[in-house]
Amino acid sequence: MTTTTAAPPGGRAARAAAPSARATGPSTSGRRRLAPWGFLAPAIVLFVLFLALPIGYALYLSFRTEKVSGLGLGSGSRTEVWAGLSNYAAALGDPEFLASVGRVALYGVIVVPTMLGLALLFALLLDSRRARARTFSRTSIFLPYAVPAVISSLLWGFLYLPGVSPFYDLFERFGWDVPSLFDGDLVMFAVANIAVWGGTGFNMIVIYTALKSVPSELYEAAELDGASQVAVALRIKIPIVTPSIIMTAVFSMIATLQVFAEPTTLRPLSNAISTTWTPLMKVYRDAFTRGDLYSAAATSVIIALATFVLSFGFLRLVQSRAFASEK
Amino acid sequence: MTTLTSPLPADVPAARVDARRPAGRARRHWRGAGERPSPVATAVLLLGALYCLLPVVWVVVASTKSGAELFASFTFAPSTHLADNVADLSAYRDGLFWRWMVNTALYAGVGAILSTLVSAMAGYGLAKYTFAGKNAVFNVLLAGVLVPAVVLAIPQYLLLAELDLTNTYWSVLLPSIISPYGIYLARIYAAAAVPDEVVEAARTDGASETRTFFQVAVPMLVPGLVTVFLFQFVAIWNNFMLPYIMLGDDKLFPITVGLSGLLNQGASQPAMYTLVITGALLSILPLVALFFVLQRFWQVDLAAGAVKS
Repeated sequence: MTTTTAAPPGGRAARAAAPSARATGPSTSGRRRLAPWGFLAPAIVLFVLFLALPIGYALYLSFRTEKVSGLGLGSGSRTEVWAGLSNYAAALGDPEFLASVGRVALYGVIVVPTMLGLALLFALLLDSRRARARTFSRTSIFLPYAVPAVISSLLWGFLYLPGVSPFYDLFERFGWDVPSLFDGDLVMFAVANIAVWGGTGFNMIVIYTALKSVPSELYEAAELDGASQVAVALRIKIPIVTPSIIMTAVFSMIATLQVFAEPTTLRPLSNAISTTWTPLMKVYRDAFTRGDLYSAAATSVIIALATFVLSFGFLRLVQSRAFASEK
Repeated sequence: MTTLTSPLPADVPAARVDARRPAGRARRHWRGAGERPSPVATAVLLLGALYCLLPVVWVVVASTKSGAELFASFTFAPSTHLADNVADLSAYRDGLFWRWMVNTALYAGVGAILSTLVSAMAGYGLAKYTFAGKNAVFNVLLAGVLVPAVVLAIPQYLLLAELDLTNTYWSVLLPSIISPYGIYLARIYAAAAVPDEVVEAARTDGASETRTFFQVAVPMLVPGLVTVFLFQFVAIWNNFMLPYIMLGDDKLFPITVGLSGLLNQGASQPAMYTLVITGALLSILPLVALFFVLQRFWQVDLAAGAVKS
């Protein structure tokens, strides 16, 4: 509270001192011109090797294909040739791919709003100071972040398993018929629950950190005017943390499109999860089980483009809404 | 604005509230608004905590059960076979499990340290120097945050295969070092926590740019760099697809790929299930411990760095 009032004079002093100090050392300008590049060199080299180059290579592969001549026997019978857009056409016309995209879209519609809604609710409750056991709750809800997706899928996988699950015990005691979470359409909710469990805590901390940077005078004044806690949350706190919520939404959407570890881990327990259940699982199968790198590359480029379009589209949509409300 | 100065003049709020309700009630409301406990709020938070703790409590209980009890006894009824299970797990293929644990610590520990160093250098270079092309470099690096791992996985595998590096420690370690998000955080921390005057003072004293970085800037950046380290450590520990693609030899597996493989075998040999469950418990213990010890660093609170400087 006091820091907000104290900050401007201190900041001004620091800014005023900086130019005079900078003026004292012009003799070392040559060394200084190279220094930032020296500091950036490792990052740039690694970026080129493990990000830029692979992206370029994936693009290249996606336009290539293997041509088999004769009977396809012997090393000389297979040659790599340009394929134009045929890999892309094949991927977009592949019913397995389209089905996996549909599943992931539904999965995202379930996971992202549920996870962010819970994260926002918990963050607001932590911030309101009216709940008890806040430290315990915050730590407990954040704890799943320390559990890797594979391990959390293992844990939930067992909790879904009829012989092991407490829910089945409970339901049987009441004589209810329990649908298996591993069958048919319900498996979607089984996987979505794991993602919600694993992601809520992290997003809660991001939003909670943003809430704590709101000067409390802002809503103390509103409370003074008789605004209820709910009104303060809706009218003041949520608008202020909206940028954080937007960013967490974008990152959650990117993660959703790439879901791979959870369904791959659950596969041994469920017949309802195919090897092409998500787009990424299909990429893996095409590349490493079938050895068709070219169509796998095309599919992964499509997923990447979809990710860009979705995240930028979402950002633009949200920004245009924000501007509209400002008018 | 009167509301921004912290000691509120007593007469101003009273006057403002008077119009609507008795002053006494209003003041009590103002004083106590933040602190008055609400059972509903507490219940909702505790429900959330319960949901998040459920699988963790379950794995602690389940790892004490024998294979038969796992499917027979009540879910949350503990048993006495924890030591047997740990012994069985340790005996599995001459302690392969512990090798996975060491591998994971190696991938995540070494990878995160190198990643933090690379991020700190790049972030410092971007925050404390002005040079042509600075914004272009930063924007290109930052765009890396949005590149889905999926486009990278296959070509990274093929490129490393060209160098005969697949199925080695390097194949998982090297791609894990570059972290666009780490660079982004390090730049913010360096801008906030390392004052220009301090850097200038070191230069006037004749320190080289490298020495200025390591001996002046890094100590000021430590709290921020711990956060970068933790994020990267968890990211590598969590990464399933990269090692899953790169590694064929199960002696090189991290714990995630190893346990996922064990579960796969469990489909035909249910005895494997107790091993998987005990392994899951043992594998999350170090992370949970790390998480509790370093909990205060889990707040990306940029304001704190600014105030300290």
